[in-house]
Formats: sequence, structure tokens, C-alpha cells
Amino acid sequence: MRELTVKAVIENIQAVTEFVDEQLEMLNCPMKAQMQIDVAIDELFSNIAYYAYHPEVGEATVRVEVTEEPLAVIITFIDNGAPYDPLTSADPDISLSAEERQIGGLGIYMVKKSMDEISYEYQKGQNILKIKKQF
Amino acid sequence: MKITKTLNGRKLTLALEGRMDTSTAPELEAVLKNHLDDVEELIIDMAKLEYLSSAGLRVLLGAQKTMNKQGHMTVTNVNDTIMEIFEVTGFSEILTIA
Repeated sequence: MRELTVKAVIENIQAVTEFVDEQLEMLNCPMKAQMQIDVAIDELFSNIAYYAYHPEVGEATVRVEVTEEPLAVIITFIDNGAPYDPLTSADPDISLSAEERQIGGLGIYMVKKSMDEISYEYQKGQNILKIKKQF
Repeated sequence: MKITKTLNGRKLTLALEGRMDTSTAPELEAVLKNHLDDVEELIIDMAKLEYLSSAGLRVLLGAQKTMNKQGHMTVTNVNDTIMEIFEVTGFSEILTIA
């Protein structure tokens, strides 16, 4: 298990992505799964950066764990900000035209569709969001 | 993300390279804001784009709405990862993908 704690700001998405990718590459993670994970990092970490501590700035921890048989990676996002369960947001209506479309909720929806598991809990003042991807 | 602009009359091609995410999508938004005025045909070339997140979808949706009023927009050279994102989110119905 490895983890990285950084300020939850947009500028750190790249550092978090590189931290996770480095470990995915050691596991020979297929490129497509890696890109899906990178998209998930962008969606989840940007949510923390925008909302968790607004208007203050706080820290977020990203933890990477590996399980075997089947080989999978579990990435946990932890922050001490306002309680927020993204899994309660309604799925967007993806059948609407361009004019009627709303973007809210699309990011978390993409994460739900591309990961094998996603879970949320609020414990001891922490938002703990976990995603699991098999490959 | 690198954006290469090619203007040919009223046809603008924007070739994207790298990743379109929360950090980089504003770069495309800025280019669109400044260069779409007399454009009737907008081509977004994704041959060298690795992936996009919802921040990128938001900018594409804005571009599509603008082009619905003044011409048309086509997205080209979409890789498998990006195509799946378009399909999952219903953007494959909104965008013209060639």
C-alpha cells in the first residue's frame, strides 16, 4: 500500500495522477484501464478540490492498494472536508439533446460506469471514497 | 494539452494532443471563445488525444451548441477509450463523430 497526501487543489491533480500511474505501470495495467482510472482521478480529486473545503484549502490523501486474483487496484480518496456522498447524486439523463443537456453529475456517472466498484463512507470526520478496478 | 489550429476560409480544425481534463479543458474553451466567430465548419481532431473527463465534455457541449447556431461541428479520429466515454454519457448522440 502506498499513499500520497497533498493540498486538495486542481494544480495537484497531475501529481496524484502520476503517483497512481507509476504504480499501475509496475503492475502492467492495460492502457485502457489506466486511462479510465486517470479519468476517475480527475473527476474525484477535482470534486474534493472544488467543494470539500470551500472556500478554504485542505488536504486530501490518495491511497493505492493492490489485490490479487483477480488482479485489481483499489484507490481511496480521503478528505476532512464537508460530508459529501457523491453516490447519492442522481444519474444524469443522457438522452437529452445538446440544448437540454446538463453537465452536473456526469463525472461521477462516468466513474460509476468505468470502475468495477465504488463505495463511500463518512467516518471520524472523513469522507472516504473508494474505487476498485480489475484488470 | 497541445492545441493546433488550422483555419481554412470558414473551416477551423483544432487538433488536440494529450489529455483534456479539469486542468486543461479551459485551454480549449479559451481557443473556442476567441476563434469561432466566422467559423461555419469546426473539426475537432482527437487523433492524438489520450482521453477526456467530464470537464472536456462540458467544453465540447458548449462548442456543439455554438456550432448548432452557425454551422456544424465534427469530431474525428476518436480512440476506443474516448468513444466509450461518448457512448456511456450519450454524447455519441449529440456529437457528429466521423
